[in-house]
Amino acid sequence: MSAATQAGAVKKKKKKYQGRIYVDRERCKGCGFCVEFCPFGALELETDYNAKGYHPPFLAHEDKCNGCDLCGLYCPDFAIFSEKIRVED
Amino acid sequence: MTTQVAEANTPINPVEPFLRMDRMPHIWCPGCGIGTTVNCFARALTSSGYDLDKVAIVSGIGCTGRVAGYLNLDSFHTTHGRAIPFATGLKLANPELKVVVYSGDGDLIAIGGNHLIHAARRNIDITVVCVNNMLYGMTGGQVGPATPNTAIASTAPYGAFEQPFNLPFLADSCGAVYVARWTSYHVRQMTRAMREAMAKPGFSFIEIVAPCPTLYQRRNRLGDGLDAMKYYKQRSTRKDGASTRDVDIDFQGDIVVGKFIDRERPTFLQAMNHRFTERLGSRYTPYPTGLED
Ligand SMILES: Cc1ncc(C[n+]2csc(CCOP(=O)(O)OP(=O)(O)O)c2C)c(N)n1
Ligand code: SF4
Ligand code: SF4
Ligand code: SF4
Ligand SMILES: [Mg+2]
Repeated sequence: MSAATQAGAVKKKKKKYQGRIYVDRERCKGCGFCVEFCPFGALELETDYNAKGYHPPFLAHEDKCNGCDLCGLYCPDFAIFSEKIRVED
Repeated sequence: MTTQVAEANTPINPVEPFLRMDRMPHIWCPGCGIGTTVNCFARALTSSGYDLDKVAIVSGIGCTGRVAGYLNLDSFHTTHGRAIPFATGLKLANPELKVVVYSGDGDLIAIGGNHLIHAARRNIDITVVCVNNMLYGMTGGQVGPATPNTAIASTAPYGAFEQPFNLPFLADSCGAVYVARWTSYHVRQMTRAMREAMAKPGFSFIEIVAPCPTLYQRRNRLGDGLDAMKYYKQRSTRKDGASTRDVDIDFQGDIVVGKFIDRERPTFLQAMNHRFTERLGSRYTPYPTGLED
């Protein structure tokens, strides 16, 4: 297969879902569960602190998140969850 | 994109309708595993589709015992060790209720151990979720009947030396009809197990191994909650149907997880109706079991 067709084949693959992440920065206790167990490595911890002195997460790699909500399931402080958004492409 | 929840029109966390938001933030430490199990329980309830007015949750005392007080259901925070007898009375008087006991290892198998074995033996139709952090969390990390050998606890400074209970084996031997073990790392499997256990007629028991970073992890120099979660991920092996005899947990050893027991046995009320009907015939009006269609 030539490089051109490979690129074409990749292009045809439509990404159907994208995730939107909601973080309640002040609830977060910086445990890192969400960052560690996101299957796609989409989250990172901020370098900034919240009022309690923890580093809350943010969606560092938007394209990697599909809204699976594993981060929401893991978060022991109910500080993060996601929404699956259908993207027409 | 990352959105701050404070913005208008943002959806709310799916766990929030199940929580008493006026009681948040909760008391649990950073990296404590109990909150994670609550997410799973909320999702299990959502996907089960039960009428939430017919779900009751009962806890004893402890960090895990706080769960009942935080859940926005009919909840009862009972005295230490007495969640199961309270739940038994609740269920027998109101067989149409789904009754879930949610408590810690110390509460359920130490001071409440006798209640656990008899509820399992009698096949009382309740679900017991036992968050096993392997010690008495709330009172400062004392050794308990689930503390693995050699683990340090505040009352075991040289390491625990008593034989701990193997919880699935205990529940199985006493007659539980559904027995599973997961860890707080296994969020999807735990959610599914909670749904299955609530749907199962009879006494169902789920052990959830979870971190207590403040007392267990710290005293044993095992890092924080995240380190415990990584350990669960690395050292857990799923063995559905495994003989419960073989699923002991050694200090920082392998953890066998899965659904071990799923069997049929008449519940307490079914057995009672059967016996009384056998003896008394039409003079006896069967008592509702909550299992009639
Ligand atoms: C009758 C009685 N005895 C002792 C206590 C003290 N006490 C409170 S919580 C607890 C242990 C809780 O351990 P566990 O059930 O494992 O819950 P965890 O905090 O670890 O989640 C004890 C001994 C009490 N509240 N009541
Ligand atoms: S929703 Fe899934 S993919 Fe997106 S950040 Fe959370 S865990 Fe990662
Ligand atoms: S899991 Fe929750 S508390 Fe832990 S870092 Fe992520 S948002 Fe914060
Ligand atoms: S003491 Fe342990 S069990 Fe209790 S809230 Fe803290 S981490 Fe959780
Ligand atoms: Mg405990």
